[in-house]
Amino acid sequence: MPADLHVISPSPDSVRSARFEALVLPCLDAAYNLARWLARDNADAQDVVQEAMLRALRYFDSFHGGDARVWLLAIVRNTFYTLRTKTPPGSLHESLDEDAHTLVDEGPSPETLTLLAVDVGTLQLALERLPSPLREVIVLRELEECSYKEIAAITEQKIGTVMSRLARARERLKAELAHHPKEVRRHDV
Amino acid sequence: MTCDDARLLVHAYLDNELDAAQSATMIKHLRDCTACAASYDVYGRLRKALAQPGLYRRAPDALRERWSPAQPTASAAPASPRRRRAPLAYAMAAGFAGALLLTSPAWIAGLRQNGGGGNPVVAEAISSHIRSLQAQHLMDVVSTDQHTVKPWFEGKLDFSPRVKDLTGEGFPLIGGRLDAIGGRSVAALIYKRHLHVINLYQWPADASATASSEEQRHGYTVIRWATEGMHYVAVSDVSAGDLKQFVLAFQNDAGTPAAHSPP
Repeated sequence: MPADLHVISPSPDSVRSARFEALVLPCLDAAYNLARWLARDNADAQDVVQEAMLRALRYFDSFHGGDARVWLLAIVRNTFYTLRTKTPPGSLHESLDEDAHTLVDEGPSPETLTLLAVDVGTLQLALERLPSPLREVIVLRELEECSYKEIAAITEQKIGTVMSRLARARERLKAELAHHPKEVRRHDV
Repeated sequence: MTCDDARLLVHAYLDNELDAAQSATMIKHLRDCTACAASYDVYGRLRKALAQPGLYRRAPDALRERWSPAQPTASAAPASPRRRRAPLAYAMAAGFAGALLLTSPAWIAGLRQNGGGGNPVVAEAISSHIRSLQAQHLMDVVSTDQHTVKPWFEGKLDFSPRVKDLTGEGFPLIGGRLDAIGGRSVAALIYKRHLHVINLYQWPADASATASSEEQRHGYTVIRWATEGMHYVAVSDVSAGDLKQFVLAFQNDAGTPAAHSPP
């Protein structure tokens, strides 16, 4: 194993890249996880992360401490939305129907309780069918374990908005898992 | 608090984002209102379901390899996003291994590309950790009780592993498993740190072995140490600091089993 890794006389560039490696590269999984859930496609997610990492490297000098993961995830998210607007807006409807589903919370039936014991595949489809403003908050909260404050910073929203979107995301997931467990592909995109 | 308020705030309560006063009001409401309590329960289940490791999408190897070598600033030039150059990155990593090793953290040595002198135990431990996260591979015995986990290993191994519950330190024990490292059977204990999994492997060592080391590869941290005739390897994707804390907690009073913990 190479023991002493930074014995080379540090030029500003190598210091910078060592810092980038130490702070940003460990967040590669987090970056991919967010990109993959936003893009819902492996190749697209890789493109988003590749582009986001290049941007991160380019703008690394503007990173003044703080949480590198939050900083990188904000870049990943912005990259995803800029890349997506360049592609034909096939999924335009999904932001429009964001408010269409104001759920009447009918309270959990015993059936809800059992149906929530779902397998990963069903859960994944239900997640993928959430509109992206809801999907991103739930992914950041449940998979990345971000705090509301961190989610607010990444998505450039107010904390109140984060809270209500998270509530709506969960209500929709619950309804989805409780009522359509067998027909999850019904309006697959 | 009305049920309407609770419908929104129950989520913040689940996420531990309410202040003390709001939490107290929420707790009181949940005690008084069965409908809201039931809904709290359902959302709790939903959270648990979403915490399954199978939903987390890790960066694919191709992407990781592309970013693992010291990324020269020159390549910050816009690359064609569709270009897949994993094989090239691979070749470069091999060809310029010497140069790269001087400037890159140790984890550039890939899991499979382990020719660079990487410790095979570390690579194996990481592979085993990753394998354990795949569906239904994580645990053979599921228990948060060290007094259930320890006897479970009896008769399955030629040594008695040390089992400690570290719930108090923020690393709850969740189970155990038999695994193999370096061609021998080892005990694997599974701990959690929030939603992350920590695998702790142990097996008998030569009495003389006392080496300890910490390595990072592919975003995983591996800490190895040996004490009192046992090898220990802890692997996780939690931060290196967290894993160190875990190791210290495990080493601390390792000889004295903690009091029986509540199940």
